[in-house]
Amino acid sequence: MKLELRNVTKRFGAVLANDHLNITIDSGTIHAIVGENGAGKSTAMRIAYGFYTADSGEILVNDEVREIRAPRDAIALGIGMVHQHFMLVRPMTVTENIVLGAEPGSAVALDLRNAAAAIRALSEDFRLTVDPDATIETLSVGQQQRVEVLKALYRRAELLILDEPTAVLTPQEVEEFFSILRRMRSQGKTVVIITHKLSEVLAISDRVTVMRDGRVVGNLKTSETNAAELARLMVGREVLLRVAKSPATPGPDVLTVRNLSVQRVHGVSFDVRAGEIVGIAGVEGNGQTELIEALAGLLPESQVTGTITFSGRDLRTLDARRRREIGIAHVPEDRHRRGLVLEFSLSENSILGVHYRPPAASGVGAMLLDQKAIDRRADLVIREFDVRPPNPALPARALSGGNQQKLIIGREFELPPILLLISQPTRGVDIGAIEFIHRKIIAMRDARCAVLLVSAELEEVTALADRLLVLHNGRIAGEVDPSFATAEEIGLLMTGGRH
Amino acid sequence: MKLRELLFPLLAVVCAFAVGAIVVLIVGDSPLQVYSLLLGSALSWPDGIGYTLFFATPLIFTGLAVAVALRGGLLNIGAEGQLYVAAFATAWVGIKFAGLPSFLLVPLCCLAAVLAGAAWAAIPGVLKARFGSHEVINTIMLNFVAVALVGYLTQYEYRVAGDPIMESAPIGETAHIARLGRFIPGLPERIPLNVAFLLALVALWLVYVLLWKTKWGYEIRATGQNPAAAEYGGISIRRQIVLTMAISGALAGMVGINEVLGYRYRYYDGFSDNYGFTGIAVALLGRNHPVGILLAALLFAVLQRGGVPVDAFTQLVSKDIVQILQALVILFVAAEAMFRPLQKWIGGRGKGEAGGKGKGENAMRQEVAVVGQQAGVGKI
Repeated sequence: MKLELRNVTKRFGAVLANDHLNITIDSGTIHAIVGENGAGKSTAMRIAYGFYTADSGEILVNDEVREIRAPRDAIALGIGMVHQHFMLVRPMTVTENIVLGAEPGSAVALDLRNAAAAIRALSEDFRLTVDPDATIETLSVGQQQRVEVLKALYRRAELLILDEPTAVLTPQEVEEFFSILRRMRSQGKTVVIITHKLSEVLAISDRVTVMRDGRVVGNLKTSETNAAELARLMVGREVLLRVAKSPATPGPDVLTVRNLSVQRVHGVSFDVRAGEIVGIAGVEGNGQTELIEALAGLLPESQVTGTITFSGRDLRTLDARRRREIGIAHVPEDRHRRGLVLEFSLSENSILGVHYRPPAASGVGAMLLDQKAIDRRADLVIREFDVRPPNPALPARALSGGNQQKLIIGREFELPPILLLISQPTRGVDIGAIEFIHRKIIAMRDARCAVLLVSAELEEVTALADRLLVLHNGRIAGEVDPSFATAEEIGLLMTGGRH
Repeated sequence: MKLRELLFPLLAVVCAFAVGAIVVLIVGDSPLQVYSLLLGSALSWPDGIGYTLFFATPLIFTGLAVAVALRGGLLNIGAEGQLYVAAFATAWVGIKFAGLPSFLLVPLCCLAAVLAGAAWAAIPGVLKARFGSHEVINTIMLNFVAVALVGYLTQYEYRVAGDPIMESAPIGETAHIARLGRFIPGLPERIPLNVAFLLALVALWLVYVLLWKTKWGYEIRATGQNPAAAEYGGISIRRQIVLTMAISGALAGMVGINEVLGYRYRYYDGFSDNYGFTGIAVALLGRNHPVGILLAALLFAVLQRGGVPVDAFTQLVSKDIVQILQALVILFVAAEAMFRPLQKWIGGRGKGEAGGKGKGENAMRQEVAVVGQQAGVGKI
């Protein structure tokens, strides 16, 4: 199916989300749409799916102008969409979910048997192995995604729009998913994939549309472009995809962890030395969260066994406040849950964790907040870490994800840390900001800080880490040298396989 | 507190009065007459204003109590119980140490009020911090316990023999605090408006300083907004829960100063006209901000004071109209979403805050809509 957006414009209040877009998606191709957060790529595809209506412009399906006013119009035309967050009813079976809204049978009797057979046939056609009778809750994230794809195919989708489909998958699952997409293409289906990961664009797509600030800034054949060019188009300037760094010159041990167990972590031992970045790779949910929280002092002491030593002193009896006082900074994985008080101003957020002592607090017993000192600190963080808009009175909620992240990192770097625990530093952050954050992390290392970095982005940990530990099921499955290890090798460790 | 934030509560009040007018019409009186009686008597000098400010005093304390707890993420429905226990403790000290000179006894009595309120409120705080039991349930339950406890003590321990009224013996004269009539020409001393009102104004200012100018206030607000982030920032959530409840209870307890030291000079059982519960409405209408609380407490006091002549001087409407108005104000405050289109229309600026909150809700509504539309349910 050929899909064309012609001069499509969409405005949300003062924001021009799509500005006279022209995108042509050829039949039987895999077409990637890339751009930073807020570039308007999801908006464009939501217009094609009828979730939004364009202010002006037209949509052509197989060269005919079509009115798509609601998702059901799009479905009727053969357009399907899989959202970033799955829309599945968890206690129901795969079949029940797939037929939801298009239930087969008569008005009174639901005919699930035929539906299950049809779904089985479909999943064999595309080798989307899913058990139609399993309930959604029992499925892995990758399998749930297949259910979403099946749901679209069951509705006879000829063109499938996938919004950030790989964000939740392991490297192996990504590979499998891509082979499913290729199979769909070979059967004549058209696939649109919205993403911000350039490696995936290059791996899977035939053509790529690059968007920036609501406009199309490039329409390229994938075989004729490369990551550097795409990044430049996305950001609007030259971007270093892999930050240059010199080899580490590690000093003495700063953090020594021996036989640490807590909830999902089972007997982990490792060291982090001054002036090195130790990366932790692994599929999310394999104990990374608990490991970092245990080190930051956010889990009750009674739950933690094993020893944690920081510059020769036992950490286990110290609470989060004391740990920060002795120089342990923590950039949490979830900036909304842990990292920020969203209703607080940037100023107020810039002192979280050091709010109770000078210079933030002054007077008798340091009981009064020193607004001038707080503003100075906020200004410093905003300036050094390029937080935009640079208005310390704004609530943190008003910032984009990337700027929120820069605020947190800036705050923690100002501590200044001897040990930096940093989790998912660039999740949901634009490429431009990613480069900036990566450079700052390396600068911190070069300033002799010990860095423990957790990231679900394999490219990120391999690019930054000097040593890489792979966590699987709460255990260290192996240590590799990130400058030599291949993605396959690391991926195998991540899923528990051996060398 | 920005002016724009006052707009919405004001709208709620206007709407409440409008609907109240309809109720009056249905009953068969003139809304103009009822409202002019109500406001006219509440704002007359000296009786109207004197009593209005007197009635506002306990509401300021309980409004602040509820607001501090809410800022800290806790719903204190137990201000009623806390103020009873505190008032009893105040009277107890006033009786027990009646011989002390004024400059010792008055502070001692005030301290008793604050500490008793704080201690009573700390109980549900500890229960929540230690066992995770919900403070709403426990504060409500402790209201019953408090009322029964002080009732028992009054009845069997501190009632003067032969007195038919459930009240304690009088406190020592040195424990009395002055009525404002003594200082203000034209204000007769029979009006019970007393120094506690000034204390309430000081409390408003202190709560403002506490919440926004001290590290403790920072910790209370951080915990209330996002406990996980507060914990990350090295704040002990458990400690915060107990501390916040204690501060809240201390504020509620100060009602005892107004009641015992400034008005009746003894503990009078059942004295509270639901001050603790009205405090919830005051905090809600005042948006948990001292300035708003002052205005809201004055409004509720006006209604309370103005209800008396409405009862006496109208044909059909009774003073129940006051309760209807109070209920309507609360209803309209709770129905904030109703005014949102209007708010957007008026306050196009300040997108940061208001827009931010709306965003999350919109996202949620969108997700629901997507599921619905995928399922062919159509537009939601």
